[in-house]
Amino acid sequence: MIDMTVVELSRWQFAATAMYHFIFVPLTIGLSVMMAIMESVYVMTGREVWRKATLFWGTLFGVNFAMGVATGIVMEFQFGMNWSYYSHYVGDVFGAPLAIEGLMAFFLEATFIGLFFFGWDRLSKLGHLTVTWLTAIGANFSALWILIANGWMQNPVGAKFNPDTMRMEVTDFMAVIFNQVAQAKFVHTVSAGYVCGAVFIFAISCLFLLQGKHVEIAKRSMVVAASFGLASALSVVVLGDESGYVATEHQKMKIAAMEASYHTEPAPAPWTIFALPGPDGGAPTWSIQVPWVGGLITTRSFDKRLDGIEELVAHAQTRIRSGMIAYDALQEIRAGNVDGDDVDARLVFEQHWPDLGYGLLLKKYREDVGNATDEEIAQAAEDTVPEVWPLFWTFRIMMGLGFFFIAFFAMWFYRASRGWLESNRPLLWVGFLVLPLPWVAIESGWFIAEFGRQPWVVEGVLPTFYAASGLHFWDLVISLSFFTLLYSTLFVIMILLMIKIIKAGPQDKLFTAEEDDQDFVVAALPATPANKELGS
Amino acid sequence: MSSIPLDYETLRLIWWLLLGVLLIGFAVMGGRDMGVGALLPFAARTDEERRVLLNVIGPTWEGNQVWLILGGGAIFAAFPPLYAVSFSGFYLAMIVILLALILRPVGFKFRGKIKDRRWRATWDWALFIGGFVPALIMGVAVGNVLLGAPFHLDDTMRAFYTGNFFGLLTPFALLAGLVSLGMIVTQGAAVIAGRTEGALADRARTYGSVVGVVTLVLFALAGVWVALGLDGYAITSVVDGNAAINPLAKAVVLTRGGWMANYGLYPWMIAAPVLGFAGLIAAVAGLQLRWRMATLTASSIAIFGIVSTAGLSLFPFLLPSSTRPEASLTLWDASSSHLTLFIMLLVTAFFLPIILLYTAWVFRVMRGTVSPQSLEKNPNAY
Repeated sequence: MIDMTVVELSRWQFAATAMYHFIFVPLTIGLSVMMAIMESVYVMTGREVWRKATLFWGTLFGVNFAMGVATGIVMEFQFGMNWSYYSHYVGDVFGAPLAIEGLMAFFLEATFIGLFFFGWDRLSKLGHLTVTWLTAIGANFSALWILIANGWMQNPVGAKFNPDTMRMEVTDFMAVIFNQVAQAKFVHTVSAGYVCGAVFIFAISCLFLLQGKHVEIAKRSMVVAASFGLASALSVVVLGDESGYVATEHQKMKIAAMEASYHTEPAPAPWTIFALPGPDGGAPTWSIQVPWVGGLITTRSFDKRLDGIEELVAHAQTRIRSGMIAYDALQEIRAGNVDGDDVDARLVFEQHWPDLGYGLLLKKYREDVGNATDEEIAQAAEDTVPEVWPLFWTFRIMMGLGFFFIAFFAMWFYRASRGWLESNRPLLWVGFLVLPLPWVAIESGWFIAEFGRQPWVVEGVLPTFYAASGLHFWDLVISLSFFTLLYSTLFVIMILLMIKIIKAGPQDKLFTAEEDDQDFVVAALPATPANKELGS
Repeated sequence: MSSIPLDYETLRLIWWLLLGVLLIGFAVMGGRDMGVGALLPFAARTDEERRVLLNVIGPTWEGNQVWLILGGGAIFAAFPPLYAVSFSGFYLAMIVILLALILRPVGFKFRGKIKDRRWRATWDWALFIGGFVPALIMGVAVGNVLLGAPFHLDDTMRAFYTGNFFGLLTPFALLAGLVSLGMIVTQGAAVIAGRTEGALADRARTYGSVVGVVTLVLFALAGVWVALGLDGYAITSVVDGNAAINPLAKAVVLTRGGWMANYGLYPWMIAAPVLGFAGLIAAVAGLQLRWRMATLTASSIAIFGIVSTAGLSLFPFLLPSSTRPEASLTLWDASSSHLTLFIMLLVTAFFLPIILLYTAWVFRVMRGTVSPQSLEKNPNAY
């Protein structure tokens, strides 16, 4: 049987490393585009202040990007390390977008980022601008392919289970790419990245104005951030709605859990603003609801109904029973692999394979899935319900912040257009203090997407517990400890360095020698006399 | 599928070659930066010298590392069972490599931001670890592939690995690790000798020459060991290169020196070890004779030859199993589906030449020697 402690620890490790990686990714996506915009203005107007702004935000971008690269390598490898059965089971589909991400996007981004920093005096203005845009395009395309991969985990289209190879295989690659869930998630996620970049630039510029420093760069940056931020915040919410709409078709359970709707509501369903869990932690006993809005958000109609958790569990039972048939047929096909006498089993499997994943849910309770008792089937069906209340609340936090950012940037956009950027200190303080909020919203979003998909790692296809590697408890303890230690240390250092860079502010003297850059010897290693002749 | 213009067997062979291209790409390109990292505390002694080295590789190392990311992605996409079995089986070794690799981007970026000796010395050692450790452990991993890894698969293709981390550190595997480290350090020395001046370049020439010669001897020793002391694997059942994957459907035998069999079957393969030796000799000569680009080319050819030697000796095996040889993964029975291999080939055929073009352009823009004076001009310098 599968060691559930190892599964739990593997989930913790993936969640921790993925959420940590995604602290840096949205800022990379957002800042890269905003730097490219600022440098475009520089090239068009020729005004040095825009180049200084680009360089200053670029320095912060560089520190953030380094952390993104450091944590991204782990992401690429830990599917195989911790989720080896997943890697085998869906690698034929899931591996391709990851590899294409490297070919099409990350190579572009990583190759040109060096030139962004080192190419200022080696390239023409236009040449450098091109490099900056290519870096930004690379960062955005990177998100596209990662979200195509993730979108497939949410909505596994264009693939079919092959009983001869015991895995999902691609049948229609275009369906994988143009997966509507993936496309909606891509736009939603990069827009969120833009908001993150805009808030970052805006907040630090507010700080500069509060300190009365670097006023010219700060004000220009705020104008760019407010307009870019407003457009992006609108896009996040509107296209976030698209994400919700799409989820209703494929992930009804996730929506039901996010909405804590335990029973199917007559169409159009109300939307619950606030609710308290019942005495057993289950269905809410008290709530504030707005009529119709829930049905509108999730189905875009007044007449389609929104399924409740209990009805979906009943439906899961049906699918589990069908999955048991698929599982038994698969056993026969596998056994008959040698003599090939399995025509009937293949016909049965052909009918029931889409429910095979539901059958695998029973693996938690017994090896011989086909002999599961009614009780075990009922239990497995209950397992298809993710934990409701964490999802209910994180969804409300994310949505609340989404609307807040629209209001925030709309106000500042208005103030910028009236030339009122500096006049109100309390508002500048608000502008600075919102700095952490994009990350709260973004991490909440990923929590909803991934935690809300449980118990599945690939929706309806592969249960999470069944996908883990057969590692030992101590393997996980060691890796988790080291990741935690190293990641925490680096995080503290990164924050301190960013504060140092912000304190130093945009540099006036570009491409000139720093006055106090002495030639000191590194401790414990002798300097040779020859080093004085260096560069001769 | 009949609509795919290339047959499954051909695609599998092409992807095996492409995997080799990507891994060699990483060893050659990433090897520049890892090699310089491994030499950093020794070849460069003052802060200024170290800054010179970091600015030699700093502008291009991120792109070079993508060869590794892409190599990982390509194994996942083209040979999922290999990705699943090897990455989980070598779990703690992978963790060690990852922890070392994590230190690189932050090392480059953080080091120069604070002017303090201890701060900079700390990151110098971090960058040393980030170069030294992956170069060594990846070689140890290749050594273990030649030895066979203790894993088996059940009927559902779930992998079970029965070894542990310290089991990987056998004498032969460590020898393979040293060969890998040696070729990477030689590459690093060639980069330093080609892109810097004065004492720094001279020290790199000295270290590189010594390491190059040692690597030559170790590579020869490893060859002798493989021929005389190691069991090689061979498939004895009929191979159908067009069949659906099933690593459990074959018969495998082990014979002493079996990894040498391919050189009898396909004599042209001898070119690989020959290039390994010739490249190393030429690289050492180049270091001594103060060639610049030619030294780097020679050292890159050495890497090409050495990595190819390992890959060709194993053919058609990707990861042999020491405990259940018939469960070994080969390129015929551990690949993606016909359609996935074909699509990925189209994508690669389109993008790889573009990548090579812009990478060449970036290297061209950043060409030339790096001196302490050139650092002062750029506030972004490391």
